[in-house]
Amino acid sequence: MTDILMPALSPTMEEGTLAKWHVKTGDAVRSGDVIAEIETDKATMEVEAVDEGVIEAILVPEGTEEVKVNTPIARLGAAAGTGAAAPPPAPPIPPPSVPHVTPPAEATAPEPSHDAPTPPAATVTGRRTTVRDALRDAMAEEMRRDETVFLMGEEVGQYQGAYKVSRGLLEEFGARRVIDTPITEHGFAGLGVGAAMAGLKPIVEFMTFNFAMQAIDHIINSAAKTLYMSGGQITCPIVFRGPNGAAARVAAQHSQDYSAWYAQIPGLKVVAPYDAADAKGLLKAAIRDPNPVVFLEHEMLYGQEFDVPEDPDWTVPIGQALIRRPGRDVTLTAHSRMVGLALEAAEVLSKQGIEAEVVDLRTLRPLDRATIVESVKRTNRIVSVEEGWSPMGVGAEIVATVAAEAFDWLDAPPLRIAQADTPLPYAANLEALALPSVDRIVEAALKVCYR
Amino acid sequence: MARPAAGRKTRKAAAPAATDAGVSRDQLLAWYREMLLIRRFEERAGQLYGMGLIGGFCHLYIGQEAIAVGIQAVRKPGDQVITGYRDHGHMLVCGMDPREVMAELTGRAGGSSRGKGGSMHMFSTEAGFYGGHGIVGAQVSLGTGLALANSYRSNGAVSFTFFGDGAANQGQVYESFNMAELWSLPVVYVIENNQYAMGTSIERSSSETHLFRRGASFRIPGEEVDGMDVVAVRDAAARAAEHARSGQGPYILEMKTYRYRGHSMSDPAKYRTREEVEEVRRNRDPIDHVQELLSEKGWADEAALKAIDAEVRAIVADAAEFARISPEPDPSELFTDIYVEAGR
Repeated sequence: MTDILMPALSPTMEEGTLAKWHVKTGDAVRSGDVIAEIETDKATMEVEAVDEGVIEAILVPEGTEEVKVNTPIARLGAAAGTGAAAPPPAPPIPPPSVPHVTPPAEATAPEPSHDAPTPPAATVTGRRTTVRDALRDAMAEEMRRDETVFLMGEEVGQYQGAYKVSRGLLEEFGARRVIDTPITEHGFAGLGVGAAMAGLKPIVEFMTFNFAMQAIDHIINSAAKTLYMSGGQITCPIVFRGPNGAAARVAAQHSQDYSAWYAQIPGLKVVAPYDAADAKGLLKAAIRDPNPVVFLEHEMLYGQEFDVPEDPDWTVPIGQALIRRPGRDVTLTAHSRMVGLALEAAEVLSKQGIEAEVVDLRTLRPLDRATIVESVKRTNRIVSVEEGWSPMGVGAEIVATVAAEAFDWLDAPPLRIAQADTPLPYAANLEALALPSVDRIVEAALKVCYR
Repeated sequence: MARPAAGRKTRKAAAPAATDAGVSRDQLLAWYREMLLIRRFEERAGQLYGMGLIGGFCHLYIGQEAIAVGIQAVRKPGDQVITGYRDHGHMLVCGMDPREVMAELTGRAGGSSRGKGGSMHMFSTEAGFYGGHGIVGAQVSLGTGLALANSYRSNGAVSFTFFGDGAANQGQVYESFNMAELWSLPVVYVIENNQYAMGTSIERSSSETHLFRRGASFRIPGEEVDGMDVVAVRDAAARAAEHARSGQGPYILEMKTYRYRGHSMSDPAKYRTREEVEEVRRNRDPIDHVQELLSEKGWADEAALKAIDAEVRAIVADAAEFARISPEPDPSELFTDIYVEAGR
């Protein structure tokens, strides 16, 4: 007798919906038979039996949501005719089932592993929405509003988006405006830029920004520089968007944070939102912006839920940082996923009597230097947090700004928290060591407070 | 979108003999004038470079004039042109003001990019000219994107996307070919095969030197054209444009041509012989060819040609003078045109 366990279908999946059973109690199954369908917020996949026998019991009925990975979902007995005596119970084989469809290499975003504290300074009210759906809603609303807006990229149409961000767009807007491209980043980025030069407003999705390195010549040389080189004649209203930074256990080539790379380029605007409200409001602003915008999302945030205002015309201006949590003792700057860690660190610090002010950068170019500098003038201390590497990075720019513009207000040397100066390792323990953590942020904050 | 391969084989054009069919006197004279304008303009640009008035890179189009002119002959309003860095001739043919082009070469406020682009980076949305791109091969993806916009808008326009034998080996060219055929985009790829990618001859750089065949694995038809014969260029361009405009997708024209001058102004001229260059100049010159056609038909006597020559020289002299006296850009221009202000 063997328990069939809820399988993990991607590196970051923690739970899913048992959508359908293809077998019932008493059915004989053989290795390779499809026995069930499982849905996550990202994909639907079939589960195959990996052993043969008879289904003795269905433990989780179909339609059950939020089934945790490794929960027993059915019990498999010995195949009929293999003998009267029941075999001794076998230990569960983790994982007992394999997905029938190979999931994409990238992972489904997990549910938040912790409850993000509600930032008193930045509360928005509205409907609970995942970052994933907020991005989709932003694109759908702008495509309804402006006929020249269209989406192109790998798997954005029929597949519904490699991370389901474009779910439903093909059905609503058709193949003319939701264009599945071949796997040719350099080429389709160039096509997008050319279409933008002709006056359309493409949204070019990169499955991840790691793959955009193939296309970076068009992002920088063609999109960012042509307005200048043409004396203002050729505009390029385009958005390059997709997940940036480290997902989970996908190793160095799939885990890079490109914030500093793009934020260095005059002619580009660079946006990196944290919550769903910003994801939606900033993406709408990016699509409406007449300039090329690099829009850096984060896979680990896609599944997280936040309140999003229901006003369909709600946008967030590019170029304004947001104080997510006010505090008098130390400034923590962060963008994208690191904002969540900074907020969590602030809670830990608060218990130790230190009130951290968390500044969500939101836009990296143009950088809202004034908000950072004013915050440091109040707190006299700063720790910058970024997921990318520290040398020549976002934190380097912030610290230089503070040194130049708030030198006399500083009570301690600024500190930077960043990824270890190595390619990102695969092994779970090394990966955790390499990436910024709440503990490291807390430690740095204590240090600049001389505690 | 899949279509049978039959009838889509690449082919060589018929021998470029009877190419004067369907050309009027006015057309031929206009082409003669345009080609001569390019040549005199480029000669003057070379002089200004030698005088230190033009800096950086400067790639002259001398020898290749028939291609830009022949393609222009089939352009319709709304059709776009995009090319690489050897772009002066294309800009003149598209109708950009020679003064603005020359002043851009000298980096002056009166230049078409107000002095901020230079030789390789000029544009005119009015003239449908989308650059002027300095990264070899980039214009092929961009030009295919212009065609994507035409297709999106169903506006009937065609993108004429020019590149050289050097760019023909870039990967993004083939990524673009694939998408152009897959989506039946209205683009004509004009390969100006002048035999040398900088200093590397096509035989030394390309495993398939018949570049018109390069679309074969994407089912894109292609043909080889005598790029030194403006009428042959015009005729092939008409076929290609009709193919693209009628929704049949992209078309490749390989223009066999030759560049008389070096790759850029600082060319060691070690990769080919003086005799080779002289041979082409003497026997295949595209402007001489038109001149011969005009005299054969009795459409222009020496006096008429001299008058055109004088007119062209005056235009070029005027452009050079403008480019000399036009002021340098105001220092404030350093920080303009980096971003479009919202609402523009």
